[in-house]
Amino acid sequence: MNAPLDIATLHDCRDAFSQTLEALAEENNDIVTVCNDSVGSSKMSGFRDRFSERLINVGIAEQNMVGVAAGLANGGKIPFVCCASPFLTGRALEQIKADVAYSETNVKLCGISSGLAYGDLGPTHHSIEDFAWVRALPNITIVAPSDRSETAAATKWAAHHDGAVFLRLSRVGVPDLLPDDHTFIPGKADMLREGKDVTIIANGVLTHRALLAAELLSNNNVSARVLNMATVRPLDTDCIVKAAQETGAILTCEEHTIFGGLGSAVAEVVVETCPVPMKRLGVPGIFAPTGSANFLLDRFGMSPQGIVESATALMMKKA
Amino acid sequence: MELSELIATANRIKRRDLQAVFEAGAGHIGGEMSVIDILTALYFHAMTVDPANPLDPGRDRLVLSKGHTACALYVTLAEKGFIPKDEVSTFLQPLSRLNGHPNRVKVPGVETNTGPLGHGLPVAVGMAKAAKLDNAAWRTFVITGDGEMQEGSNWEAIMCAAQFRLDNLTLIIDHNKLQQGASVAETNNVAPLAPKLDAFGWAVEEIDGHDMEQLCASLNTASVISGKPKCIIAHTHKGHPISFMSDEVKWHHGVPNAEQYKIAMAELEEIAP
Repeated sequence: MNAPLDIATLHDCRDAFSQTLEALAEENNDIVTVCNDSVGSSKMSGFRDRFSERLINVGIAEQNMVGVAAGLANGGKIPFVCCASPFLTGRALEQIKADVAYSETNVKLCGISSGLAYGDLGPTHHSIEDFAWVRALPNITIVAPSDRSETAAATKWAAHHDGAVFLRLSRVGVPDLLPDDHTFIPGKADMLREGKDVTIIANGVLTHRALLAAELLSNNNVSARVLNMATVRPLDTDCIVKAAQETGAILTCEEHTIFGGLGSAVAEVVVETCPVPMKRLGVPGIFAPTGSANFLLDRFGMSPQGIVESATALMMKKA
Repeated sequence: MELSELIATANRIKRRDLQAVFEAGAGHIGGEMSVIDILTALYFHAMTVDPANPLDPGRDRLVLSKGHTACALYVTLAEKGFIPKDEVSTFLQPLSRLNGHPNRVKVPGVETNTGPLGHGLPVAVGMAKAAKLDNAAWRTFVITGDGEMQEGSNWEAIMCAAQFRLDNLTLIIDHNKLQQGASVAETNNVAPLAPKLDAFGWAVEEIDGHDMEQLCASLNTASVISGKPKCIIAHTHKGHPISFMSDEVKWHHGVPNAEQYKIAMAELEEIAP
């Protein structure tokens, strides 16, 4: 990324997730985790050591994993399914549809290492379609937290919410962006930076980059609003309409294909309520070449400088 | 319930199912006729359920994984008192809650929404595991079709149930030897099922799935082997006991015309105790 980054300030949000889940499990015996030989990659070894009976490892069998979670929910448990996001959402999508969404079960689907997190392991391991797949289903709240504070807050909220949740988590390091005591409100975006010339909407790993871009834009006397839109469904429609009305241009950034994800969701609102120039940044409808997550995000125009360039070009289209 | 009464109840459910499919002009009558004796043995002999409290945490659970035979489940649930008997006449009518596949949110007594095959057994494994975590005594039953055993997800769940030693789980395979388009043997022959389940660590029993006495005995707690999930391979006949439907693949989702309906109903009435 072509902006200064202090590696020491970056955090893997899986730690916040697993620590929060352990604390919740301490308070509530009904909380269980379900995984597919993914104890290490989900950072669940602490949970396993403390609550061994309640870590349900079904082996490498994702369809069964999601079905088992639905059955556990039927039996009064609060299952957190912890699995690499591409296999959770891709392999078990029909179970997510029928056993979780349509059956309205209280299952928490935690997609670990989502987006481009697996980097050079390649497109089989990238989860850049999961927003689109899950967003097409009713009854599932979709949340992509941007930092460790929001990860902890969203995990807490999910445990107390009676209904299905898709928690889309990453392993790509991000700094602290939200206050320590952040309260997660589903369907509510956070304005992390006020602005009047253009709005950048992002979530997950991209919120950090959006903020860096807004800082660079301010050096060019461009006032960019930054919205952290962790919830992809239900969407904060009011906030999007306001951004369209007040800034006249919207740029979306996501670690996802531009087909069907956050950008598409925002565009659906903009086109139906307050059409303004828009640009969707993301993976441009291709299988990514070899590279780390950060390398690929830069390559797909989502370095802070890349976002600045897209924002600048977008503003030229304003009426 | 006495054996004769169970047999009479199953016959009543078959007649109501036949009428519902005839009136709706759609359904899966072949698989419904093969599964109704099993459903009757479960709801009127083996399972502890309370229609007045359908979500009682301590209830036994049934998952009808072959969800396309929903009509048979609706008629059974109506017979048991979960839904009004006269509601069965709304089967497949616009906006009826009695859809072609069962919905737990809308129909009391339904435990999970099935339809796509290979979903019920994993969910049942989760239920049985939940009971084990709570040291609770309630049991989980799941019915699959035999063609459905071609789904890989079932074998994921079969391995898992044995690994978790779920002796509170009973799988009943409605082994009528026919799937939608042809016989199981001609399609992708998953039979013989017993040695496969045995090799995967299950306790297996083969019975005549239309013999009410055998059904009841195999579903009893006394027949459970500690530490092993149980599979009952119920040898059945699609369309049974209607003469022209029995073992005929075209009756998977065939609908009788008025004359066939009359003959089928007369046959069922004739054998009614």
